[in-house]
Amino acid sequence: MIPLGHYLFVSAVLFAIGTAGVFMRRNLITILLSIEIMLNAVNLTFVAFGRQLGTVDGQIIVFFVMTVAAAEAAVGLAIVIALFRHRESLNPDAFTSLKW
Amino acid sequence: MLALIPLFPLLGFLVNASFGRRLSKNLSGSLASAVMVASFVVSVMAVVDLAGLPAGERAIEQTVYTWIASGDFVLDLTFRVDPLAAVMILIVSGIGALIHIYSTAYMHEESDREYARYFSYLNLFAAFMLVLVLGANFLVLFVGWEGVGLCSYLLIGFWFRKKSASDAGKKAFVVNRIGDYAFVLGVLLLFVRFGSLDFQRLAGLVSAMPAEEGVFGVISIATLLLFIGATGKSAQIPLYVWLPDAMEGPTPVSALIHAATMVTAGVYMIGRNAVLFSHAPETMMVVAVIGALTALMAATIGLVQNDIKRVLAYSTVSQLGLMFLAMGVGAFGAGIFHLYTHAFFKALLFLGSGAVIHALHGEQDIRHMGGLKRYLPTTYWTFLIGSLAIAGVPFLSGFFSKDEILYETFHEGHTLLWLMAAVTSLLTATYMFRLVFLTFHGERRHDGAGHLHDAPPAMAIVLVILAVGSALAGYVGIPHALGGHHQLAAWLAPSFQPPGSAEGIEAAAEAPAVELTLMAVSSAIAIGGILLASFIWLRRRELADALSRRFAAIYTLLLNKYFVDEIYDAAVVHPIQHGSERALWRGFDVAVVDGAVNGAGTIVAEGSGLLRRLQTGSVRAYAGSMFIGVIVILGYYLWR
Repeated sequence: MIPLGHYLFVSAVLFAIGTAGVFMRRNLITILLSIEIMLNAVNLTFVAFGRQLGTVDGQIIVFFVMTVAAAEAAVGLAIVIALFRHRESLNPDAFTSLKW
Repeated sequence: MLALIPLFPLLGFLVNASFGRRLSKNLSGSLASAVMVASFVVSVMAVVDLAGLPAGERAIEQTVYTWIASGDFVLDLTFRVDPLAAVMILIVSGIGALIHIYSTAYMHEESDREYARYFSYLNLFAAFMLVLVLGANFLVLFVGWEGVGLCSYLLIGFWFRKKSASDAGKKAFVVNRIGDYAFVLGVLLLFVRFGSLDFQRLAGLVSAMPAEEGVFGVISIATLLLFIGATGKSAQIPLYVWLPDAMEGPTPVSALIHAATMVTAGVYMIGRNAVLFSHAPETMMVVAVIGALTALMAATIGLVQNDIKRVLAYSTVSQLGLMFLAMGVGAFGAGIFHLYTHAFFKALLFLGSGAVIHALHGEQDIRHMGGLKRYLPTTYWTFLIGSLAIAGVPFLSGFFSKDEILYETFHEGHTLLWLMAAVTSLLTATYMFRLVFLTFHGERRHDGAGHLHDAPPAMAIVLVILAVGSALAGYVGIPHALGGHHQLAAWLAPSFQPPGSAEGIEAAAEAPAVELTLMAVSSAIAIGGILLASFIWLRRRELADALSRRFAAIYTLLLNKYFVDEIYDAAVVHPIQHGSERALWRGFDVAVVDGAVNGAGTIVAEGSGLLRRLQTGSVRAYAGSMFIGVIVILGYYLWR
């Protein structure tokens, strides 16, 4: 059986990759994808702990997270499309004005 | 029943103030006069009841309700009529009623609305004055005291669209306020020391104490403060400056203020607290000296003024000075006697001058009058009687009362004060007859064309009644030296004694020779003054001009009233205005108050400006701050 530490390490690496992506990429869609990676890193942690502790709580929470992530992706992509129509750009730095 | 006396005029005030603009002039005028007459009738009934009681216990009390009850301290709204208050209510309601009747004709050119406003103020004035004289304790007196101050402001500034009138109203109010401040302090001091505000209780408590001979104890300080209050109300040095300006009001108002109400309040207040003042000889000395100085100073100013009402105003100040002189030398009866006779002839003189002004359509400068005797016979003859009375010509009312003051002053050993009072009498006779001669005698200098109409009936009747009063009012106080019994002094005496000491004052046991001599002297003074006036202003008109040129410096000084207004302006008004502007307005209001408010605004605005920079709109900046925040929190929990 793979020890807990390995799962957590993979999860931490994934989370770091996701975070780096959010900060460093200049494309809104890539940023959304990076957020998905961060979410999945967390999911992995939940599942790993659930298995370690022998309960199903962690797995149930993961289902919730996946549902919310799906919704978030749908809304986020819709916003991205709307933004793109206005500015012909996907660079988040183009969207700094607080009032349209 | 006593409560009815001030209640009637108050009722008149309420009706005229609420519905006056819808009432016709006849209705509001006769209503106002009727309530005054009703008040007078009730006063007479009260006084008749009072006279029915034995001499030692003449006092009728009515407690209307308990005004203040706080722990041990209970204060009732109590009216009390004793011999002194009896004289006062008769003067106030009687002379007041006559002035109301006169006003119905005098003010007839005003619009309905103004007419009702005028009468509502007039009624309120009388109501407050009656409260003042009927109050059985200091607080009730103070209600009236402040009330007449308010009404004087309203009435002096009646024609408030005229700048000088509204200024004069404000001046009267502010000057009175200074005196009232001292008055309140005096009342509080008495309350703290004696725990009571009732006049009789105070008199009883004080009479058990020794007189403060040569020391400045509580009673001296308290009475001195009360006297400062009296100088404000009764126009004495240093607070007399409002009274001559008070003639900006309608003439009957001047008559009311100068004769029946308001200015008599200070004299009355001292008479009411005669026991207190008698226990403070130092204060009494101050009262006497201030009184004599005021009398002399005002008389000299009156000598050169050219406005008919202004001469009369200074004559009031001067006569009030004599009353205070009498109070100060302990001759309370003489002071009240003069107050009583003065009420008649001063009301008569003011109303007479009102008739002259009315006939000349507003002309007040005596240099533009002259020769009116032929056109205004009623006014002339009544005015002449008033002038003879105030000058102190023998066997008219002013003679008896003024003579008594002179005699008492001399009798008490104040020879210098007597001399000042005697000179004042001479000046009084002179300036009054200067007024008479310049106004009514000589050639006509008034160029207004057309027929001059004498006083209309309502005014003429009042003038005649007052003239009869001015001539005969003195006969209630014929001195013993002339074989009289001086009923007024005997009547008033219990009011100046502590309660319970029933013995009447001893009749002056002085050999009548002294009194008769003094009487002859003052008669000679009065007649001499009149002759002097007739010589200067009737026979040799050029002499007056020559004199004023010869003594130009003195003439200018007197004409400008010793520059007292200017001195007050420079010494008090100007510093206060400048201090208010520099320190209070620019210094405190603008710098501190506005500074604090604006500063708070600036801090918020600047702080927001700084914080605003954090909200860039850049999503990654937000995400970065969240990331750093998480790291910090995690770091804290991991490495603490």
